[in-house]
Amino acid sequence: MMKRKALDLWVGLFVAMGLGALLFLAMKVGNLASFTAAETYLVKANFDNIGGLKKRAPVKSAGVVVGRVENIAFDTESYEASVVLAIDKRYGFPKDTSAKILTAGLLGEQYVGLTAGGDPVKLKDGDRLKITQSAVVLENLISQFLFSKAADGSKDSK
Amino acid sequence: MPTIPATDNLVEVENVNFAYDSRQILEGVSLDIRRGQVVAIMGLSGCGKTTLLRLIGGALLPTRGEVRVDGKVMARLSHEERFALRRRMGMLFQFGALFTDMSCYDNVAFQMREHTDLPREMIDDLVLMKLQAVGLRGAHQLMPSALSGGMARRVALARTIALDPMLIMYDEPFAGLDPVSMGVIGQLIRRLNDALGATSIIVTHDVAEALGLVDYVYIMSAGVILTQGTPDELRASDKPFVRQFVHGETDGPMPFHYPAEDYASDLRAREA
Amino acid sequence: MTAVTGFLENLGARAIGAVNRLGFASRFLLLTLRNSGMCLSRFSLVAREIYFAGVLSLIIILVSGLFVGMVLGLQGYDTLQRYGSSSALGVLVALSLVRELGPVVAGLLFASRAGSAITAEIGLMKATEQLAAMEMMAVDPIARVIAPRFWAGVISMPLLAAMFSGMGVFGGYLVGVRLIGVDEGSFWSQMQAAVDFKEDILNGVIKSVVFGIAVSWIAVFEGYDAPPTAEGVSGATTRTVVTASLSILALDFMLTAFMFRGA
Repeated sequence: MMKRKALDLWVGLFVAMGLGALLFLAMKVGNLASFTAAETYLVKANFDNIGGLKKRAPVKSAGVVVGRVENIAFDTESYEASVVLAIDKRYGFPKDTSAKILTAGLLGEQYVGLTAGGDPVKLKDGDRLKITQSAVVLENLISQFLFSKAADGSKDSK
Repeated sequence: MPTIPATDNLVEVENVNFAYDSRQILEGVSLDIRRGQVVAIMGLSGCGKTTLLRLIGGALLPTRGEVRVDGKVMARLSHEERFALRRRMGMLFQFGALFTDMSCYDNVAFQMREHTDLPREMIDDLVLMKLQAVGLRGAHQLMPSALSGGMARRVALARTIALDPMLIMYDEPFAGLDPVSMGVIGQLIRRLNDALGATSIIVTHDVAEALGLVDYVYIMSAGVILTQGTPDELRASDKPFVRQFVHGETDGPMPFHYPAEDYASDLRAREA
Repeated sequence: MTAVTGFLENLGARAIGAVNRLGFASRFLLLTLRNSGMCLSRFSLVAREIYFAGVLSLIIILVSGLFVGMVLGLQGYDTLQRYGSSSALGVLVALSLVRELGPVVAGLLFASRAGSAITAEIGLMKATEQLAAMEMMAVDPIARVIAPRFWAGVISMPLLAAMFSGMGVFGGYLVGVRLIGVDEGSFWSQMQAAVDFKEDILNGVIKSVVFGIAVSWIAVFEGYDAPPTAEGVSGATTRTVVTASLSILALDFMLTAFMFRGA
């Protein structure tokens, strides 16, 4: 009967370790701890170009993650990208908050950055952000740079 | 010889055919086994003896004919009814078939734990009693791998009689045993049958050992019953094949288990 | 000409045999599931088998997980630092483990460690008539022997895979952060930002559950179906490892195609 107890103990330990490993993966490796449980409100924003933004990308304000990209769609009326952001209920933002699509580092993932405005009225569920700034597309940037160089060059020669 | 009045039949096999795929194993086999008797079914290897046991146990169903145990037709029983009937049967397999992952004690206790709600102490008493009956109470903590062939067979016998079955079947109980163990098993079979008031069927090709302890004998060959009778009748028979079979070890040009026979009875005589 | 027809006949016979066997195995699985009631009412039977299938596989799973994670750390760092993004090492280690290597490698190890043991044990029980004896004692061997081993495998496999992944991440951390000196903060934070609970971890768990079912099913079936001889049992044991490993890889491809197509 002693043997039986030892066996039960080992099996119990095994199951506990397995569940512990799952919990470790969920909390420490994954993003379960930072979100999901928290309630969110949805805010829409239209962008001319979202670049490489993906669903579930982080929404940050002042570098702090305050939400996730909930959905991305194409608006057939304005021919813009319509992005839905899920923002944690704990964080209220003024109505005139602006959204930018930014890149973490040169090649890192893209995220949405929020910059708070000064309006005393807070954003509500279903509101739309009016001021947005599109993703920086590298090709556009390079062609702009070349264009301005060319323009500078022609001015100098005169 | 029978110590319990044998009136009706516990097992009736009526005109049974059995075939694996296209291979005919049994053909028109009929036999009756009376309550309280020890009956041997003898024959050379591969003549369908073991198949017959499986038919009686309900592990196989006949392709034609009927097998009745305790008045119930095996083929007509539902799965549950067949299992219920099996609880009252015991079968000793050729090499014991002890559960190798359990101790002797747990092997004997297996059926009690599976089928009854007996309290621990009572199972404890019962198991030790059964092991005592086969003389291995002292070995109850050993694992089957630590037992000799004869001891394993005896533990398996204790397991077979764990729930006091009405019918005990033995599949080659003497196979691969040394003569001493053979004699011990033979005596146990007889003693347990009479003590439990059970009925026993022994399937064996060991004529000498079996004739000394059974009440009635069926001799099979190639799927049919050749002859039947009490051991004395068979010994006195002058049919040539019976003589060859029963006295084969002394008469025939092909002795049947010759060395084992004399030695066994010799040793047993000295023991007694 | 006869060579061609002979080849075709052979092929046909093999195909029919394979389909037959698959059908038989499916019926066997159904029978096992239908006879699983005893596993619930007497969970100690399953617990015992979890000990043999799960606990005894712990060492090999934990050690392999650690080494795989450490190798991922070394190789990943070597590649990532060429693009100046060595801070993404945590992402690489965690995603490879959670999505693929955890379930697959743990599944392969489980098939060869526990699957083969289950097949050998059941095959031996059959060869020595223990299963037949049990049936004669009015105890259904499928409910008493097969089902507990099947469920023990199904329960153990996801736990082992999770431990493998967890150990692997730890191994990657050891090499990446402790040994090479990647920034600890960015190692964890980038990992947490990139690894999604539903998309990555849950799908990995689903994979390991599927692998657990496949390996356990193959193992108990091969054991129960083994010819009752020494060669029969050893052949069945080998077949378990081969069939289970191939099934894991094939299933992994299919599941990956379904799960991560969008991402």
